[in-house]
Amino acid sequence: MDFFLYTKFGQMLLVLIAFAALIAVLLAIAWAADRWVGKGRRWAALAVFGGPALLLLAVGLIWPAIRTIYMSFYDAGTHNAVGLQNYIFTLTNTGAVIAFRNTFIWVFLVPIASTLIGLIYAILVDKSRLEKLAKSLLFLPMAISFVGAGIIWKFVYEYRGAAQEQIGLLNAFITWLGFEPVRFLQDAPWNTLFLIAVMIWIQAGFAMVILSAAIKAVPTDIIEAARLDGVNAWEMFRNITVPSIRPSLVVVLTTISIATLKIFDITRTMTGARFDTQVLANQMFDYSFVFGDNGVGSAMAVAIFILVIPLVAYNIRQMAKNRAVRG
Amino acid sequence: MSVEAGVPEVADVATSGAPRRSPATKFRSLVANRIGSAVALVIAVLWTIPTFGLLISSFRPEADIKSSGWWTFFQDPAFTLENYQEVLFGRASSGALATYFINSLVITVPATVIPLVLATMAAYAFSVLEWRGRDWVFVGVFALQIVPLQMALIPLLRLFSSSGLLEPFPFLSVWVSHSIFALPLAVFLLHNFMSDVPKELVEAARVDGAGHVSVFLRIMLPLMAPAIASVAIFQFLWVWNDLLVGLTFTGANNDIQPLTARLAEMAGSRGQDWQLLTAGAFVSIILPLIVFLSLQRYFVRGLLAGSVKG
Repeated sequence: MDFFLYTKFGQMLLVLIAFAALIAVLLAIAWAADRWVGKGRRWAALAVFGGPALLLLAVGLIWPAIRTIYMSFYDAGTHNAVGLQNYIFTLTNTGAVIAFRNTFIWVFLVPIASTLIGLIYAILVDKSRLEKLAKSLLFLPMAISFVGAGIIWKFVYEYRGAAQEQIGLLNAFITWLGFEPVRFLQDAPWNTLFLIAVMIWIQAGFAMVILSAAIKAVPTDIIEAARLDGVNAWEMFRNITVPSIRPSLVVVLTTISIATLKIFDITRTMTGARFDTQVLANQMFDYSFVFGDNGVGSAMAVAIFILVIPLVAYNIRQMAKNRAVRG
Repeated sequence: MSVEAGVPEVADVATSGAPRRSPATKFRSLVANRIGSAVALVIAVLWTIPTFGLLISSFRPEADIKSSGWWTFFQDPAFTLENYQEVLFGRASSGALATYFINSLVITVPATVIPLVLATMAAYAFSVLEWRGRDWVFVGVFALQIVPLQMALIPLLRLFSSSGLLEPFPFLSVWVSHSIFALPLAVFLLHNFMSDVPKELVEAARVDGAGHVSVFLRIMLPLMAPAIASVAIFQFLWVWNDLLVGLTFTGANNDIQPLTARLAEMAGSRGQDWQLLTAGAFVSIILPLIVFLSLQRYFVRGLLAGSVKG
């Protein structure tokens, strides 16, 4: 018994066993209801199959979200109402300008660059002999955590004084070309761009996979017809490929935008948000869990939510439209 | 539609097809083709080199890592496993990542299994069961993906810390939070897959007197296995790579922190100890890489089914 209660693996097994038992009981109830109860049996099945998930969502997502909105109008310890003060602080504190500016740069650059690279790459390797391998290479960073990617790139950007031998790949390359080494992560404002490059490195593979599938779904007779008309590669790309995969392009762009808006891991790992690299999501974390100001932290969470809404709404509409088209 | 569909039947797009092209056009497309391949190659190299450099470095002795670039390894190879020894099992200040690896594992397994089972059952409720308001509730669940995790963190954390359950079961809050946050996307994806199962199959079984439990267990689960696998890989990678939830719900408690949280901390506190950071980063990405490479097909399938995650 001690094993289950006092060791990590024991607790893990315990929770899995308890969960399995719970599911077994629920299914047994549904099974029994199916045989005996006449009228309420449909509701019994619904409660068993849908109930647990809906209950968890209500308690763990809906209620906390409402509560966060509520807390954003209160002070640090949620004792006194402070009106819009937390929102004013969110917009005007000394770091706010930089956090918002950086967040917007991230959300502007990452989706466009990732999508562009993913699209070009998908077209270039399409139907080539090594397509599968080539795609895996670009896709691989998707399996790596933001923290892992942060360390990988911190190493690439590593800076040593000009007198020393460079151990970072980029600075070694730059000094080999005869230039002075660059402090990629310290020198604002460019350092934000070098953090953004990491996110592009991760997201390009996602864009590539989705767009590649979309390109393959373009009807071959259209391509054949265009080719017989003597259309060149650029015209083919502009007038046939891009219009045909437009819905997928929109989904990719918005999905990456949403992910980028909430990114905080890369900044945290690579610069610790110093050197003017702060972003909104990281600031939210700092205020809530480092400085312990639940009011301001909540207001920042709400700010992220407000920025996400139009993107998600657009994304959902687009997905619904695609579904309608595909049937 | 599968990403692997591009069987190389036409090896060379630009040079195949249209037979009546002049030599000049042919030459031009050949050049374009070369440039295209070169660009693709450059991108592929740019995308691979950073990880490759990290891997090589993690096997170099500390003095070498700190004094010369990893590319000099090929002129002067010196191989050691000491970095891994140190970062996994060494002093606490050098990482002691073996413990954190176990933490990540202990967090990830239930946080993948639990939401997957619940989401599969919920998907059944939303696709096979018929009830009033079903479509509205489903849209509601789907729309919950809008809510950023940040919105739920503080109240959820308070809920757990006031429950008194964290003392005996410290992992509970991480398991439950991950399970909850996974549900909207998982329910949505599995519902989509389940809706593709022919209705006749279910109806035939129902006419034969099968109850919902046996339809679910005997018909749906076997048919859904590939879909469940793809969502499982998604969730596994998500939880293993997550920092936000791990950091928030494990607090400063080193006993239960996942690898990502420990590594992020080390990147700050031991930023110049590249022998530890390179090996540590590799310890954290090795498992997802293996899962990903061996099950890539399923992962891609899940990706293409549409994904937006809060």
